[in-house]
Amino acid sequence: MVSPESQPAIEVTDLTIRYGDRVAVNALSFVAMPGQITALLGPNGAGKTSTVETLEGYRRPTSGSVRVLGLDPVAEHRQLVARIGVMLQSGGVATGMRPAEALHLFASYYDDPIDPDELLDLVGLADHRSSTWRSMSGGEQQRLSLALALVGRPDVAFLDEPTAGIDPAGRQLIRRVIADLRDRGVAVLLTTHDLEEAEKLADHVVIIDHGVVLADGTPTELMRASQGDDVRFGAPSGLDVSSLGERIGAVVTEVSPGEYLVASAATPSMVAAITGWLAEKDLPLADLRAGRQRLEDVFMRLTADANANTPAPVSSRRRRSRR
Amino acid sequence: MKAFLSQTRSELRLSLRNGEQLLVNIAIPLLLLVFFSAVKVLPIPTGVEKRVDFLAPGIIALAVMSNAMVALAISTGFERHYKVLKRLGATPLGRGRWVLAKIGMVKILLILQIALIVIAAFLLGWNPGGTPWLAIPAVILGAFAFGGIGLLMAGTLRGTVTLALANGLYLLLLLLGGMIIPFSEMPGFLGTIGRVLPSGALSQVLQSCLRSGAPSAGSAWIMLAVWAVLAPLAAVKFFRWE
Repeated sequence: MVSPESQPAIEVTDLTIRYGDRVAVNALSFVAMPGQITALLGPNGAGKTSTVETLEGYRRPTSGSVRVLGLDPVAEHRQLVARIGVMLQSGGVATGMRPAEALHLFASYYDDPIDPDELLDLVGLADHRSSTWRSMSGGEQQRLSLALALVGRPDVAFLDEPTAGIDPAGRQLIRRVIADLRDRGVAVLLTTHDLEEAEKLADHVVIIDHGVVLADGTPTELMRASQGDDVRFGAPSGLDVSSLGERIGAVVTEVSPGEYLVASAATPSMVAAITGWLAEKDLPLADLRAGRQRLEDVFMRLTADANANTPAPVSSRRRRSRR
Repeated sequence: MKAFLSQTRSELRLSLRNGEQLLVNIAIPLLLLVFFSAVKVLPIPTGVEKRVDFLAPGIIALAVMSNAMVALAISTGFERHYKVLKRLGATPLGRGRWVLAKIGMVKILLILQIALIVIAAFLLGWNPGGTPWLAIPAVILGAFAFGGIGLLMAGTLRGTVTLALANGLYLLLLLLGGMIIPFSEMPGFLGTIGRVLPSGALSQVLQSCLRSGAPSAGSAWIMLAVWAVLAPLAAVKFFRWE
C-alpha cells in the first residue's frame, strides 16, 4: 500500500502557457509533496504566477497537464476549491471589510473551518477589530490574506509572494505560520523572488526563469551540487587579482564587484595565504566562504547562464511582444 | 445555504456601511421627493392633482435604478478591480451563489428603500391609485434590467471607468426617463428616446400602476421586459471575473 506521504500533492507535467506570441511557461515539470514547503523561485516575469494560477484553476494550460490532489484544477474545480487555500499577490478582500468579518465570511464557505478568532490571534490581528481592509497596512493585509487561505483547513496552500514588501516582524510571523502548516502535513507551494526566503523556509526549491526549470532540489542539494574546489571572499572591489594570484599560486577572479573567487581547494594554508596578503595591504575582509555557496550564488549563476544561452529567436520574440 | 446566507449578509452590511451607496440609494431619492413635492419648480402632467402623486412613482423607479444599476455597478466594479471576485473564484462559494447573494442584497435594499419612499410620500399627502400590486412585478423587472446593465459595466470596464459611466448614465436616465420630468414636457424626439430607455419604461409602468388617470403602459411593459431579459443576458455573456 502506498502511504499518502509518497503521493505528490501537486504534479506539473510539461506545462506550457502561451499568451498570444509570448511563452510564459515552457514545458515546466515538477512535483510538490505533502508536509513540505516547495518554493517556486525566480526573478519577476519568470512564469511563477502563471504556473500557480494554472494550478488554482484560473487558467488552462496551453499544453501539458497539472494535477492538484489528483484533480484537474479546471474540470474538477468544485472538488478542488474545498481543499485548497489561496493567497493572491495583492487584494482579494472588499475594501470596506474588517478582518473578523472577512474571516467569518470565508469560514462559512467551508465544512470544517478553523475558528476565525483563533486565526486572528495567530496572525496577530486580534486587536484590529474595527479597522477596514483599506485602512490596514500592506503587512496587515498580507497576514489577513494568509489567514483567509488557512481558514478552510486546506490540504494544499498556494501562497504567491507571501512576504513581499513586509516588515521583518511581519515576515517572521508569516514564516512561522507557514512552517506550522508544513508540520501539519499541508503541501505548501510558495512563489518568491527572495532567495533568503527560499533558503530559510523551503524544503524543496524549484528555480525557474523564462518559464523553464533551471534547478530542482533541496536548498542543501542545490548549494552542494554546484560546489567546486573554490574559495569565495568579499573585499573592497578593484583588488589586483593577478598579484594576489601569483602570491597564492591560484587563479583569482572578481566575479562581481567586491566578490572574489579563488580556484583552489580551501586548505588552511590557502586561507592563510589569502588573509595574509590582505593583511599586508591592510584590506578588510567582508566574508570568506570555503566551498559552500549561498543559494544566491547558485541562483545568480543559473539565471545568468540561462540568459546567456537563450537562443536569439526567442529573445527577439520576447522583445517584440513587450512593446 | 450557510455560505449563501453569510455572503448575502456580508454584501448587505458593506452596502449599508458605505456612505456613497446610502447617499445614492436613500438620501438622494428622498431629497428629490420631498424637495420637488414642496417646491413648485418642476412641471407636472396636466390633470395631476398633487405633485407627489406624480413624483412618488418616479422616485420609486429612481430608487430601483440607483440600487440595481449605480450602486451595484460601482461596488462590483471595485470588487473586480481589487481581485475580490478572483479570490472568491478559489473558494467553494461558487459564482452561482455569489450572483444569488448580490440579487438577495439588491432585493432587501429595495424593500428598505421603497418602504422609506412610501412613508415619506404618504406624509406628503400621496394618494396612490391604479393597481398598486402590479408595481411589484414592475420593480422586479426593473431591478433585473438595471442590474444587468450595472453588472455589464462592472464586468467589462475598469473600476474607475465604471464609476464614471454609472454616474453619467444615472443622470442621463434620470433626466430622460420621465422620473421627475414628465415626457409631455420634452421635445418630441427626446420623449421618444426617453420612453424606450429602461428608466422611461419603468417610470411609465409605475405611473400606470400607482396613479389613477395615468396613460396605460402596454408597450412600456414590453419594453421593460425586453430590457429585463437582454441586459442580464449581455452581462452573463460579457462579464469577466478578473
